[in-house]
Amino acid sequence: MTTLAKHTRSAPPQSEAPAPRGGHRRLGDLKIALLFIAPAMIGFVFFYVVPTIRGVYLSFTEYNILGDPEWIGMDNYTAIAKDPLFWNSLAVTGQYVFLNIVLQTALALGLALLMHQVAKSTLIRGALLLPYLMSNVIAALLWFWMLDYQIGVVNQFIEWAGLSRVAFFGSEEWAIPTQAVINTWRHMGYTALLIFAGLQAIPGHVYEVAKLDGASPFQTFRKITIPLLRPVLVLVLVVTVIGSFQVFDTVAVTTQGGPVNATRVIQYYIYQRAFTESDFGYGSAIAVILFLILALVAFIQMKFLKGNESDLD
Amino acid sequence: MTTTTSRAPLPAPTRRRRPFNPRRAGAWALLVLAIAVSVLPFLWVLRTALSTNAALASNSASLLPAEFTFGAFMRVFGLQSPADAVAEGGSGAAIDFWLYLRNSIVFSSITTAGAVFFSSMAAYAFARLRWRGRNAVFSLFLGTMLVPPIFTALPNFLLIKNLDLLNTMLGMVLPYVFMTPFAIFFLRQFFLNMSREVEEAAMLDGAKHLRIFFQIVLPNAAAPIATLALLTFIGQWNEYFWPLLVGSQDDVRVLQVGLGVFKSQSPQGAPDWSGLMAATLVSALPVLILFAAFGKKIVNSIGFSGIK
Repeated sequence: MTTLAKHTRSAPPQSEAPAPRGGHRRLGDLKIALLFIAPAMIGFVFFYVVPTIRGVYLSFTEYNILGDPEWIGMDNYTAIAKDPLFWNSLAVTGQYVFLNIVLQTALALGLALLMHQVAKSTLIRGALLLPYLMSNVIAALLWFWMLDYQIGVVNQFIEWAGLSRVAFFGSEEWAIPTQAVINTWRHMGYTALLIFAGLQAIPGHVYEVAKLDGASPFQTFRKITIPLLRPVLVLVLVVTVIGSFQVFDTVAVTTQGGPVNATRVIQYYIYQRAFTESDFGYGSAIAVILFLILALVAFIQMKFLKGNESDLD
Repeated sequence: MTTTTSRAPLPAPTRRRRPFNPRRAGAWALLVLAIAVSVLPFLWVLRTALSTNAALASNSASLLPAEFTFGAFMRVFGLQSPADAVAEGGSGAAIDFWLYLRNSIVFSSITTAGAVFFSSMAAYAFARLRWRGRNAVFSLFLGTMLVPPIFTALPNFLLIKNLDLLNTMLGMVLPYVFMTPFAIFFLRQFFLNMSREVEEAAMLDGAKHLRIFFQIVLPNAAAPIATLALLTFIGQWNEYFWPLLVGSQDDVRVLQVGLGVFKSQSPQGAPDWSGLMAATLVSALPVLILFAAFGKKIVNSIGFSGIK
């Protein structure tokens, strides 16, 4: 909003036109603007707008790539409503998202507080950020090896501790928590840096006043740190939720939906329906549902963030 | 675990006092633990990549390589004869990471160069030019950040297929090369905060927008553009889903997809762990090098890119 005012203030459209200080809208720069925006516009139209519309259209059709899409109305959606595999994928993904929220937010918050407390060096932040820069595929394979049932180092330690080996990827109850832990490992440092940036923005005098008033550390944390961090925490939460709803890579290279249906997450199910079973209409319909879920999350974010946005400026 | 313990030493401003403080020591210990969890797995990967498969099984928890060898790296780059590869626990199937490495570099470089350049042009139009509908169009561009990639991936796949561009580099780069919404957002924000004085002076001298953009704006924005290019490149390097859909054949396959294929080639009974970890390391190496060279830039950008 503030940026809008900034624009209208300056930048005379043409050299001979006396700069309209009040901000009269003119078509002045339209031609040159079209030139500047043309390449981005091509990408925007052909790879974002058209596919979005086409994706919604496909969801109402039956289409197996070879022929033409055939309009079948709501049939895909009614079939999805009765599809146990879809509901399973929703449940599995929900479990994954929930675990990520809890693990990631808790660990990242703790880490951010630690960094804020004892070490602010770039080197330490860099070390914590390292996993985030690796691809999902790399993170997945690295842990696939370390958590191997037979000779993985983690199971080696578990055995030394006197416990019995865990089939991290091979058992139905462990598969999703394992995927969630891999994702948490990859994102923990990144999320901690976001929260850390939020902590840095809280002015020190707020803490000093609290101290003078005799607030205990726990009180300070609950009554000052958390409320002032709220915008950052909400942002982190939304990024985590939207990101983890779209889990695919780690599943695709390790468990591929299994064992049984334990890790058949939504995006993997879409992939299977569309590309393995050539059922593009059905896959698109599930994608529409995923889109709606994410839009709902984003909408809730807007509502949450609205009041806080002004704090940052 | 960590949160409950970290809550205790909260009231931050305890400066200057340096005598031994158990709270600080505890905090440091936890921090070191977190760093170890983040970094040690990479050393473990390196150690595995330098071992032979046979030795790994019997010696699975020592920090040093088990039977030191470069065999796994040679296998990954197709330098080992099939017989040797099988003897060391490989699958013996032809695998050529040079090719995948080249494809990854081409794919990431083209998409990064295109997206950053075209996005900076668009960002200039959104930040500096005045035209009707500008803010509405900008909002639409931003809105695309909300569309999940999987949603557009299906129709985009069909488009690339209809254009007969499956398994071509062109087909792989097309959806990314024109812009990314984040790049436009990032650069527009920067242009808005840039001083206009030089540009306005140039304008009075009769310079046209194209010249101002190329000779004043781009050079002045070199630092954020470099940061953006770095982040975009790493993101593209790590891309998996789209290259998996469109570039499944060997001659355009990128490293991430190649890794997945390599993993699934491993004979089910005894996976070629050292080969797989060598391949993983090769795939991670370019990013590790970039991080070693420009780590500070990347780390300092996080506060901003978090808005993504």
